[in-house]
Amino acid sequence: MEMVNLIIDGIKVEVPKGTTVLEASKLAGAKIPTLCFLKEINEVSSCRMCVVQVGQRLLASCTLPAENGMDIKTNTTDVREARKMVVELLLSNHKRECTTCIRSENCELQTVAKELNVRDVSYSGEKSRGKVDDSSCSVVRDPEKCILCGRCISTCSNVQTVHAINFSDRGFETKVTTIYERPLKESLCINCGQCILACPVGALHEKESIKPVWKAIENTNKYVVVQTAPAVRAALGEEFGMPIGSRVTGKMVSALRRLGFDKVFDTDFAADLTIMEEGTELLTRLASGKDLPLMTSCCSGWVKFVEHNFPDMIPNLSTCKSPSEMEGALIKSYFAEKTLVDPKDIVVVSIMPCVAKKFEGEREELSKDGMMDVDYVLSTRELAQMIKQAGIDFVNLKDEEFDNPFGESTGASVIFGATGGVTEAALRTVFELLAGKELEEIEYSVVRGLEGIKEVTIELPDGRNITAAVAHGLGNARDLLGLVKNGEKHYDFIEVMACPGGCVNGGGQPIVNAQLKDKINIKEERAKAIYDEDESLPLRKSHKNPHITKIYEEFLGAPNGHLSHELLHTKYIIRNKF
Amino acid sequence: MRVCSGIKKGFIYVRAEYPLAVERLDIAINQAREYGLLGHNILGTGFNFDIELRLGAGAFVCGEETALIQSIEGKRGMPMPKPPFPAVNGLWGKPTIINNVETFANIVPIILKGADWFRGIGTEKSPGTKVFALGGKITNTGLIEIPMGTTLRETIFEIGGGIPNAKKFKAVQTGGPSGGCIPESELDNPIEYDSLVALGSMMGSGGMIVLDEDNCMVDVARFFLDFTRDESCGKCTPCRIGTKRLLEMLENITQGKADMEDLDKLQELATGIKKVALCGLGQTAPNPVLSTLNHFRDEYVSHVKDKKCPAKVCRPLVEYVIVEDKCKGCGLCTRNCNVGAISGKLQEAHIIDQSICLKCGLCMHVCRFKAIVKI
Repeated sequence: MEMVNLIIDGIKVEVPKGTTVLEASKLAGAKIPTLCFLKEINEVSSCRMCVVQVGQRLLASCTLPAENGMDIKTNTTDVREARKMVVELLLSNHKRECTTCIRSENCELQTVAKELNVRDVSYSGEKSRGKVDDSSCSVVRDPEKCILCGRCISTCSNVQTVHAINFSDRGFETKVTTIYERPLKESLCINCGQCILACPVGALHEKESIKPVWKAIENTNKYVVVQTAPAVRAALGEEFGMPIGSRVTGKMVSALRRLGFDKVFDTDFAADLTIMEEGTELLTRLASGKDLPLMTSCCSGWVKFVEHNFPDMIPNLSTCKSPSEMEGALIKSYFAEKTLVDPKDIVVVSIMPCVAKKFEGEREELSKDGMMDVDYVLSTRELAQMIKQAGIDFVNLKDEEFDNPFGESTGASVIFGATGGVTEAALRTVFELLAGKELEEIEYSVVRGLEGIKEVTIELPDGRNITAAVAHGLGNARDLLGLVKNGEKHYDFIEVMACPGGCVNGGGQPIVNAQLKDKINIKEERAKAIYDEDESLPLRKSHKNPHITKIYEEFLGAPNGHLSHELLHTKYIIRNKF
Repeated sequence: MRVCSGIKKGFIYVRAEYPLAVERLDIAINQAREYGLLGHNILGTGFNFDIELRLGAGAFVCGEETALIQSIEGKRGMPMPKPPFPAVNGLWGKPTIINNVETFANIVPIILKGADWFRGIGTEKSPGTKVFALGGKITNTGLIEIPMGTTLRETIFEIGGGIPNAKKFKAVQTGGPSGGCIPESELDNPIEYDSLVALGSMMGSGGMIVLDEDNCMVDVARFFLDFTRDESCGKCTPCRIGTKRLLEMLENITQGKADMEDLDKLQELATGIKKVALCGLGQTAPNPVLSTLNHFRDEYVSHVKDKKCPAKVCRPLVEYVIVEDKCKGCGLCTRNCNVGAISGKLQEAHIIDQSICLKCGLCMHVCRFKAIVKI
């Protein structure tokens, strides 16, 4: 590998050719501030925060390739003044309500202003105007906080290939908007919320449901039940200063109980159920050979993506509801019957690493007799907010256990939170059901990890092969479907998670700033927590969950049976692009 | 001798606002194809090359090479950081040669007549000729082609025929809307790339706008900055927000709303934008401001301290007054004033109420006795 030698702040540095000066500067102990830079996603040098002095000129270090003989200075008067000017200009055109802003204390503009000791804003004048767009169930846009870094657009267009938002107009009038400036609800947005994670400031955030949930809890006439997705327990701790990758399942349950929920259930139970339903669905389709590949449907962002962009492949989607929706439906039927509570008085709240679930929760198809399967969806961030509002000392809570009948789950269910998890869980069950014997090796490492598209071929005991593909990030999903549609690839089963890395990196998870994301691979760290949790559990295959067996015996009958279809399956909508 | 092997396609990018140029280019390209000078196996050499015409969509910034390339690729015309330069990574990611048509037009005579011939014209660092567009307060307007090294004085007063209406020369702005203003004291400088930059201006597009005593240099700076601000693509912070704030400061100055501290702020921000902007547009937009602050500071001070515009251009700082002993009291001005600002008895000196006056200048225009003056 060719190396280049340069001097940064008087220190000799040697880096591989192609390294940027921004990256190389870390070796010289320099921490160059950035705003528009998002590694591998948005490298455009537009904010000009990262300028360094090269001779007489100031150049943006984030795209400047390190060359032999360069003499870089990251801390001259000119550099400091340039950075200060950039921050002051941004602040002069920013809705500055820092104390009451949702991103206060986790805002990259606030951080950089503090680091650069910006104590007043020298410039004032006309400010860009734009109405808050809160039409969508999931994502809210506040244009007057936007600093036009473009990180959201790059994520939506290049990573997710959804193309819901882009720049419009030019110069001072430039804004981020949708096609024809339609409200987000009427756009191509599929609600993944990756834009929220990309946004350095408070210009994008989730549609909050905290207030109605407090109200429901306080209402003594309501029986409020909460369920938690697998990925939440692998990240919630971060909101309380715990290291990235901390497992906080027990504390999470304890906190939820203290918040006042009548029952604390685990969505993981329904993930096991989904494996039963979807596994059976897969076997049925394999037998008939129709509507293959079977595509997972637990990711609501992915489902909407298919509805908009690949409506001809809707028949390939599993008709299974997502786990949380299945659980909601069962709470308002099976659980209501068992506990003799009127389902009309039950409020189901789900805690999700996701904001697309907020949209999903309001889908008409996911209801029965006028009652929504899930009433409110809170993101991991919102749950942390409620815990803080309640003054609960999260990090010192003692571990508690979930309530039954929806509290017991297997390792197969918790791995849903990472890309490849659904496939691995499905394989653990499907293979054993077909083989009719116990599997020793249950870890399918080939579907784990962060490669965009992963493939696995399993030989069944009867000699048949099942091929499965796993994609995460919708850009990869689009490529995968392209290969399937043009006949280049054949799969029996496809798992897609809209969010790169899977739910652990969902749009509702704790927001990690760009500088930290540059150093720590949060997808990997949180996924590790998921797989560690799987390993720690006594039961690791969905069909071994005794509560699953019980619910079929007592209530549902058989997977894909009549009652299952009524409660646990759904249908989809063909949506236009324009 | 083949200069560039492997090239098969070229693009000519021209503003859609030049329909005549578009029409002529179309004709020329088609003619070249008919003559076998474009297309396959040109003149039997085995060399294939064709040219496609691409029209702009109203963005000045698409004259910047990387923005132009983005535009051809169907994207928003926003410049890209350099390096990498287009010669390494250009159109569709391929090495690209991109130049103005004037540059390419020079290649032919250089090849035909030789480098020595070319270097025999112009100066050592700026050989050859340059086309300039003479405009503004000058007798001979139009396009001229002159050897590099010709002085500004010769260009303006001999070739350009000097200032019409016996007005006094004040400054020449070279290079286009982001060029600097050069005062009379510097007119003996030769026109060269380096010398113009040293004077706070640039060669730019070859524009040469002559200004006279009736031009207000602050207003001139404001005028050009308004243009560059409007044409900013909006990508980088210093240009997007900086030029807007700079313009707002200039507007305050021309409206008499600024103080001396604002002049320092103006200098600081203009210098900052120049140093930090991503592309040539932002890097040169402050030039009119900086060069006029440098060479015509007294005009700025007058606007700020005395709230007066010496050239009597900036409307809020100008007053129309009736000279008492010249006014015949005919009432023509009163009848023409659209806002009723003038009053007076017939055959007595009239008076303009400054609090109502819009400073449109119509009264001065209609007065037959030159009794109304601008101060």
